[in-house]
Amino acid sequence: MKVTINVDDCIGCGICVKISPKGYEINDQMKAQVLDMNAPGIKEGADDCPVGAILVEGEAMPAAQAPAQAEEILVKPDLSEYKGVMVFAEQRGGDLMKVTLELLGRGRGLADELGVPLSVALLGHGVDGLAPTLIAGGADKVYVIDDPRLKDYNTSSYAKAMIELIRAEKPEIVLYGATHNGRDLAPRIAKRLDTGLTADCTELSIETETRMLLQTRPAFGGNIMATIMCPDNRPQMSTVRPGIMKVLEPDQNRKGETIIFDAKLTDADVLTRIIEIIKERKVVANLEDAKIIVSGGRGVGGADGFKTIQALADILNAEVGGSRVAVEKGWISKDHQVGQTGKSVRPNLYIACGISGSIQHRAGMQNSECIVAINKDPSAQIFTVADIGLVGDLFDVIPALIEELKAAGIGQ
Amino acid sequence: MNIIVCVKQVPDTTDVKIDPKTGTLIREGVPSIVNPDDKHALEEALHLKEKFGGKVTVLSMGPPQAEDALRECSAMGADDMILLCDRAFAGADTWATSYTLGEAAKKIGYDLIICGREAIDGDTAQIGPQMAEHLQIPQITYVRKVEVGDGKVICERALEDGYERIEASLPALLTVISDLNKPRYPSVRGIVEAYQEKKVTVWTAADIGADMACIGLDGSPTNVKRSFAPEPKGKGEVLKGDAKEMSKQLVEKLKEKNVLR
Ligand SMILES: Cc1cc2nc3c(=O)[nH]c(=O)nc-3n(C[C@H](O)[C@H](O)[C@H](O)COP(=O)(O)OP(=O)(O)OC[C@H]3O[C@@H](n4cnc5c(N)ncnc54)[C@H](O)[C@@H]3O)c2cc1C
Ligand SMILES: Cc1cc2nc3c(=O)[nH]c(=O)nc-3n(C[C@H](O)[C@H](O)[C@H](O)COP(=O)(O)OP(=O)(O)OC[C@H]3O[C@@H](n4cnc5c(N)ncnc54)[C@H](O)[C@@H]3O)c2cc1C
Repeated sequence: MKVTINVDDCIGCGICVKISPKGYEINDQMKAQVLDMNAPGIKEGADDCPVGAILVEGEAMPAAQAPAQAEEILVKPDLSEYKGVMVFAEQRGGDLMKVTLELLGRGRGLADELGVPLSVALLGHGVDGLAPTLIAGGADKVYVIDDPRLKDYNTSSYAKAMIELIRAEKPEIVLYGATHNGRDLAPRIAKRLDTGLTADCTELSIETETRMLLQTRPAFGGNIMATIMCPDNRPQMSTVRPGIMKVLEPDQNRKGETIIFDAKLTDADVLTRIIEIIKERKVVANLEDAKIIVSGGRGVGGADGFKTIQALADILNAEVGGSRVAVEKGWISKDHQVGQTGKSVRPNLYIACGISGSIQHRAGMQNSECIVAINKDPSAQIFTVADIGLVGDLFDVIPALIEELKAAGIGQ
Repeated sequence: MNIIVCVKQVPDTTDVKIDPKTGTLIREGVPSIVNPDDKHALEEALHLKEKFGGKVTVLSMGPPQAEDALRECSAMGADDMILLCDRAFAGADTWATSYTLGEAAKKIGYDLIICGREAIDGDTAQIGPQMAEHLQIPQITYVRKVEVGDGKVICERALEDGYERIEASLPALLTVISDLNKPRYPSVRGIVEAYQEKKVTVWTAADIGADMACIGLDGSPTNVKRSFAPEPKGKGEVLKGDAKEMSKQLVEKLKEKNVLR
């Protein structure tokens, strides 16, 4: 067997060392190098290299394949004190963010699998009226932390309140929505509690043997997925991408407890002052961050046709994109172009209308979570990457679709 | 005003392709660049320096070749370059990275620290907030506008549905997004200085007095268990019926997939 490491490619991430501590080490150049090519896990370490820098040729030694960790007997802190799954409820101006219900949906599944309760941390001022919604959404317990200093989201006071609650209740898992506020808050809490945090997860599950949380997330711009664990510290914490987990059907008969928690906040816990909060609709195309994109191509036929695309985008609160043809013809500006020479996008939903699906266009959108194609040519390339295809004239389909969306109460 | 800008060298992930056979990244010919958000962080720092005087230090943790990223920043106008380079730093998660950068920041001294919001490889956006926590200073994230005066900073912080204006006293830490400004190009003089005259200061774990239990793999609570290529798309389905029937089915399916807001 031969193991080679391409040092130009190695990014020194240390994943191989984690997988095979006897097989690999990181050298002074912060690159991986082989310690012992017959060590257990050498092949797995190579397979899991995120940049494919390790090449194993020939057969691995069939010798004793004890798992790498088995030999290390570490004294671990007592993790058994930590029990239960907790969700951070995000509200803005007293309105619950949808991601909270998504977290409850997934959190319920995890709690049931572990046989532990699911609780929610509800922070704010005068927001206890949201508790029944949270219980109907899956929670067993709602901890309400009510304080005028928590009325609007503020990093330091929210962090302090959550830290007090986590220290008191000791959940084994805490989930946050990967919203601007969730991604502002959770890292601070993780740092203070000396525990791990996995960012922007799209999949959560339990490893049966260890009862640990497996947190899967995209990295490198969505080009690879990584499964991350937090073996020796508690709680295990994740931010979870909005729009991925399923909301449970609300159950008004579900019984739950509401508990008032005093986080002992003082004015000294508020490090920043909010001067004002302004709601606005985006004016410039921000395709990279868009959750939904409706795109048009040559099939749209002209600037006028793009009004139909815009109408669908409006009802979905989406951004408008275009193929290069649509841009070159001047039907839409260049900042809307998707593809190899335009923007790479990865929304939850991409609707391609009158776009053939050339390889250059696909390069910019094929990583979208869900792709819908509307095209009158059933053999168009775009259907090869679409999750759902609609064969038809876009000028018939889109107006009908707008009607159906309205009927379903979307965009109201 | 002394400003530290945190800069990460990253592979240009927009250029990255996946090897369909092995499911790993093909990095051949993929250039290493200064993380895009970090250039906006640097631009803001340079702008503040022009207004208030002081010094801009660019700080990076990474392998020796991350020097290139620092020199590029210096060519844009940064005064000092510091590279945290030690095999003991390798394999750090965000907890350990923020500890390391935070300890270095203490040694440098600062009124303001500016980070990018997110690095395009790790994609966590956790370093800024965790550094601020480590240093026990206020943070403002997703910043798209900055005003400084009277020992305070006032920022516009982008939200999904608008923005808020927030005030914090200095020292503080900001993480910035690309809407903030347009990074300048390096000047010819800057390039000459950065590549021929200036030196990059290299600090090891010992130089910043780091606790070995808090850095690198050992200091990282998270563990990457495995990494893999995203599942290739399964064959999609084509809906049947007229425009109305197809639309009805589509709305049902989109609701099921939970992609509508
Ligand atoms: C180096 C290079 C870089 C490029 N970069 C990009 C890029 O970044 N982005 C990009 O998009 N392209 C890019 N292109 C161009 C690309 O090759 C294609 O030419 C372009 O994507 C085609 O655009 P289209 O799908 O809108 O048009 P067409 O390929 O002409 O497709 C139009 C489609 O609309 C359908 N249609 C017509 N009328 C209707 C209707 N009434 N209802 C429903 N469907 C209808 C047709 O069936 C057809 O499938 C690049 C090309 C090169 C060489
Ligand atoms: C596939 C994969 C997945 C990972 N997932 C996680 C995870 O979920 N949780 C976790 O804790 N760790 C994770 N890591 C480790 C993480 O990528 C590293 O800790 C990395 O050093 C910092 O994270 P980031 O790239 O996400 O930076 P971000 O937090 O996204 O970076 C924000 C800003 O911080 C500054 N910054 C970041 N890194 C540096 C640096 N080295 N030097 C100077 N400034 C810097 C820059 O200003 C940057 O714009 C993962 C690593 C890999 C390879």
